[in-house]
Amino acid sequence: MKLHECASLIRSKNAGPFSLTFDIMFSDAKVYEHIKASGVLNVASLSALLQCSPNQMQFFECDNALAFKATIPRALPAGDPADADLHGGQQFAPLLDIEVGELD
Amino acid sequence: MSEAVRFVCSSGAIGAGIDLTSFREAMSREPHFVASDAGTIDAGPYHLGAGRGAYGREALRHDLDILMTEVPKGTPVLIGSADTAGGDPHVDRMLDILRELAEVRGRKIRVAVVRSEQSKDYLKSLMREGRIRPLENAPEFDEAAIDRSTRIVGMMGAEPLQDALKLDVDFVLAGRCSDSALFAAVPIMRGYPEGLAWHAGKIVECGTLTCETFRKGTMYGEIHGDHAIITPFGNGVKCTPQSVASHSLYENGDPYLHRESSGTLDITHSEFTQHDPVSVKISGARYIPAEEYSVKLEGVELAGYQSVIIGGIRDPLMIRQYDKWIGEVEDEIRQKVQRVLGDQVQTSDWRIDIHAYGRNAVMGAREPLINEPPHEIGLAVCLTAPTQELANKIAELSRQPLLHHPIPEWSGSITGFACLFNQAYIERGPFWRFCVHHVALPHDYRDMFRTEVVTFG
Repeated sequence: MKLHECASLIRSKNAGPFSLTFDIMFSDAKVYEHIKASGVLNVASLSALLQCSPNQMQFFECDNALAFKATIPRALPAGDPADADLHGGQQFAPLLDIEVGELD
Repeated sequence: MSEAVRFVCSSGAIGAGIDLTSFREAMSREPHFVASDAGTIDAGPYHLGAGRGAYGREALRHDLDILMTEVPKGTPVLIGSADTAGGDPHVDRMLDILRELAEVRGRKIRVAVVRSEQSKDYLKSLMREGRIRPLENAPEFDEAAIDRSTRIVGMMGAEPLQDALKLDVDFVLAGRCSDSALFAAVPIMRGYPEGLAWHAGKIVECGTLTCETFRKGTMYGEIHGDHAIITPFGNGVKCTPQSVASHSLYENGDPYLHRESSGTLDITHSEFTQHDPVSVKISGARYIPAEEYSVKLEGVELAGYQSVIIGGIRDPLMIRQYDKWIGEVEDEIRQKVQRVLGDQVQTSDWRIDIHAYGRNAVMGAREPLINEPPHEIGLAVCLTAPTQELANKIAELSRQPLLHHPIPEWSGSITGFACLFNQAYIERGPFWRFCVHHVALPHDYRDMFRTEVVTFG
């Protein structure tokens, strides 16, 4: 199963003009726990997909929110002449197809 | 502390639209104060630079009118981050609307105006004392950057708001301000735990965005001694422990630690429980006082003036060699600009940014599907120069290379670019970039925030 088939929301957004943050959220605690236990979401896998250095990534497992979160530096500051995503809202596509295995 | 502190967040932002029906329901709980922010840095650098917010005057007036007429005398209204960016022109614009409304509605109001724009000399003096420090991924910021800046604001915490509330006013109109501080100021003044006060503020400040489904509505909160209750009003709106817990992820780099001027809100051990069918009870937040009081700086510098050509490519032969072709087009444009405008503009003073929609415009270098050929590419060709006149001239010189630059497969004259507009370019005017992502460590926060009381009516 792919991540987007079991997540309730996968999104990206600025966390201030110099950082980009990704939220992978679930509505079902069992699914969240399954994915957490599987370990497929981690700094190494996410930083490879998002093409940033692993030591620039902050990664969180947020149990009470049933969510994973990763924060990385923006490639360019929001509103920079060469930046084309002011709010950072469309940077999450590489995460959709992460293979999470079969759910029980 | 026998009675809870009750408060209403009128909407996620002044100008976004207060929902009158649910606002009245929330007001029937007789809040001790009403608050709302009116801005965010997420709107981008333009508004701070241009001195003009993201919402039209009518939209701001609609919401301020409701606040002026529906909130009873004696219940203060706190407004932060005036007119999107919280600079002096932004504060003045909202103050002028309050003046107009007081006249139209025949009200007598007292407004505490708290300004947050920073003088360049003051910032330089702090910098010389080593009292300006970078945040994560900050750009180079030195005295030259201060000189180049168009406008820099400091984000105030709860303290300037608390000082303003002591002035017996109907409204506190603040420049750039922490959203949560608008809600934390009163409970902290009344002796409630800081952690709860900041956490409750953090939850309600985006309005019903913290609910399970985002619908129109109004957020209401009560802070008790050791917990707070968050309640949404409106048709079909509901908070759940998960929706409230998730909201702390939104637009924050760290979901647990939230930095404020006077300390850090730590919600690592917060608990969220369903209090009634729509309300959530929160407890357990901590507030860790900062060793040094800090004020986040937000500032912009002029990036230039821009003209933009929009168009598309459909020829598959051209699309399969797009990178090579666009590189040659760029070179041809640069040569023409040098030849024709070389006496007016240095190469380093202007720039060309080409966004190829359908290819990698949105994700740039991070686009994983860069090798999948699209059937169509949309181009936004952005020409930036020190004046609008020069940007227009460069755009004029760019049109021919875009239209006619050849590819080897075709002989004869080609027209390889579908122009969307005639004339081909749009004048975008001036635009700005962020130039600072630092905190200032003032000797006294009053050095950075100036308060005056204005009376209307």
